Amino acid sequence: MEKFEKLSGIAAPMPLVNIDTDMIIPKQFLKTIKRSGLGVNLFDEMRYDNDGNEIPDFVLNKPQYRQAQILVAGDNFGCGSSREHAPWALADFGIRCVISTSFADIFFNNCFKNGILPIVMPQEVVDVLMNDAEKGANARIEVDLEAQTVTTSDGQSFAFEVDAFKKHCLMNGLDDIGLTMEKASAIDSFEAKAAAARPWA
Amino acid sequence: MSGKTLYDKIWDDHVVQEDADGTCLLYIDRHLVHEVTSPQAFEGLRMAGRKVRAPEKTIAVPDHNVPTTAGREDPASMPDDSRVQVAALDTNAKEFGIHYYPVSDVRQGIVHIVGPEQGWTLPGMTVVCGDSHTATHGAFGALAHGIGTSEVEHVLATQTLIQKKSKNMKVEITGKLRPGVTAKDITLSVIGATGTAGGTGYVIEYCGEAIRDLSMEGRMTVCNMAIEGGARAGLIAPDEKTFEYCKGRPHAPKGAAWEAAVAYWKTLFSDDDAHWDKVITLKGEDIAPVVTWGTSPEDVLPITATVPAPDSFKGGKVEAAKRAIEYMGLEAGQKLTDIQIDTVFIGSCTNGRIEDLRAAAQILKGKKVKDGMRAMVVPGSGLVRAQAEEEGLAQIFIDAGFEWRLAGCSMCLAMNPDQLAPGERCAATSNRNFEGRQGRGGRTHLVSPAMAAAAAITGHLTDVREMI
Ligand code: SF4
Repeated sequence: MEKFEKLSGIAAPMPLVNIDTDMIIPKQFLKTIKRSGLGVNLFDEMRYDNDGNEIPDFVLNKPQYRQAQILVAGDNFGCGSSREHAPWALADFGIRCVISTSFADIFFNNCFKNGILPIVMPQEVVDVLMNDAEKGANARIEVDLEAQTVTTSDGQSFAFEVDAFKKHCLMNGLDDIGLTMEKASAIDSFEAKAAAARPWA
Repeated sequence: MSGKTLYDKIWDDHVVQEDADGTCLLYIDRHLVHEVTSPQAFEGLRMAGRKVRAPEKTIAVPDHNVPTTAGREDPASMPDDSRVQVAALDTNAKEFGIHYYPVSDVRQGIVHIVGPEQGWTLPGMTVVCGDSHTATHGAFGALAHGIGTSEVEHVLATQTLIQKKSKNMKVEITGKLRPGVTAKDITLSVIGATGTAGGTGYVIEYCGEAIRDLSMEGRMTVCNMAIEGGARAGLIAPDEKTFEYCKGRPHAPKGAAWEAAVAYWKTLFSDDDAHWDKVITLKGEDIAPVVTWGTSPEDVLPITATVPAPDSFKGGKVEAAKRAIEYMGLEAGQKLTDIQIDTVFIGSCTNGRIEDLRAAAQILKGKKVKDGMRAMVVPGSGLVRAQAEEEGLAQIFIDAGFEWRLAGCSMCLAMNPDQLAPGERCAATSNRNFEGRQGRGGRTHLVSPAMAAAAAITGHLTDVREMI
């Protein structure tokens, strides 16, 4: 998994509440064989019309937000289906951080498995960040995971909370697999013991 | 200190490491893989430059997308997205060096049928697959359950899973079954009694005389639907029947290793003084042939019953029942035997084994399906198919007017060419009657193979006991 330490990027404003995983990646894209490549279908039904043309008003279609790496979004982001395709699509588009007042639980955890930092902030801070994001490509928001701060383009800094263990994993680019692989010697000795006790397995 | 359950014993034998909060690293003996939930996991390995830790314990077979009609080796027989998923499995199996049964191999079939058939599934093992019906393998006294795609990748890379232990639940079926009553009726009746969330948080062990009397095929049918009852896994303690089934299978141990394995397997039972967090008991004699009337597997009733009135339920179920009856195009008070059927599907990992085909063929012998009936039999594997041909079952089905298909998931789910059209009504031996499961707008009644055969003949849901 890609490490997450510091990020200075364009933030796209999505003030909508209850953005669900069906909106993030509709079901017709689940018959894919990849985690990657879902970025073009991120927010597919909001982003394209029935003929597949871009809807110019949608935020990620606007020239200033095409390179966005941060989303500032309304309440309860990522609710609905547990599909891991949602964080896959966000990551593939290039989104590394989502800031909201609240997240759905499964989506929140899935983010950490895929190198995305979800940040919970109180409404008044989200409002400030939303305003900053509205300024477009010149307004880069800085996220510092080590220091646990988000800083606006004009230098206002806000602290955020993050679970210490999850922070450790993200900063070191460790996913569950990476962590379990650190226990390889325990697995090796288990295998040796099991092979003696149950050689047929 | 109280004794251990079968689940406790298997669990304890597979813990690699335990954290203070009870989180365990659990060793996985067998990892089964199919084409729908695995591509991203393999891609993840590739991107991280990782290998499959134990390719010799990893078995792949395409089943969900594959057509079950002749000529399916031709990739053009599949729509693009299905073809790509199957081709990805082909490539991944080769590249990562895992065991593979492609569609061209007679041993190909539904992953949960192939595993036991080839002797990959053995008592006391931990078995996982990116598929909820992995519970099937519990029939061998193996701890078997479904996992998500990230976990598939985790198992591929580390041969372990990060898990917390579930609670122990005992489901006892006492006494004998009456004629015409099968394993499918047991498992559906248990779900009817406990509800689809009754097993949530538990691993179920099925026991009692009626379970002991079942063949391995029947036991697989029972455990297969543990997941519909919400349980993490279902288990049945291994016995002589289990050993008999395993003996001589291609990947079962041989010679001295066999003797050692059996000696260990004989220790796999729940101790008399084991602690159970929940116990359910049903009398075998009380179980009737059942059908589902609604859109949840818990919507199950004896075939002699009528469609229930929604207000006979409580709480949120009232609305759910209303919606189900409307979706199913039924009326409260209607006799279940008056429900007309236009499609019959015999197959799936629940009821696609040889004994299931025998049970259906016994009812169909010398009979014809109702005019206009679309009836298909889809054997669970190429080997089941071959055996059924050898035993003359295939001819009975064909003579009765059934389509005799190649192995795969087929009409169990609408992911391959076999689907219901809107409003079509099917008596199916599969495991899920959700809205749209067999095709958008399709209506599914879950039944045993014998009941499905009976409905195919009469054209309506039928009490098979009148035909035996
Ligand atoms: S037969 Fe049905 S339930 Fe079984 S694995 Fe295939 S799709 Fe899933």
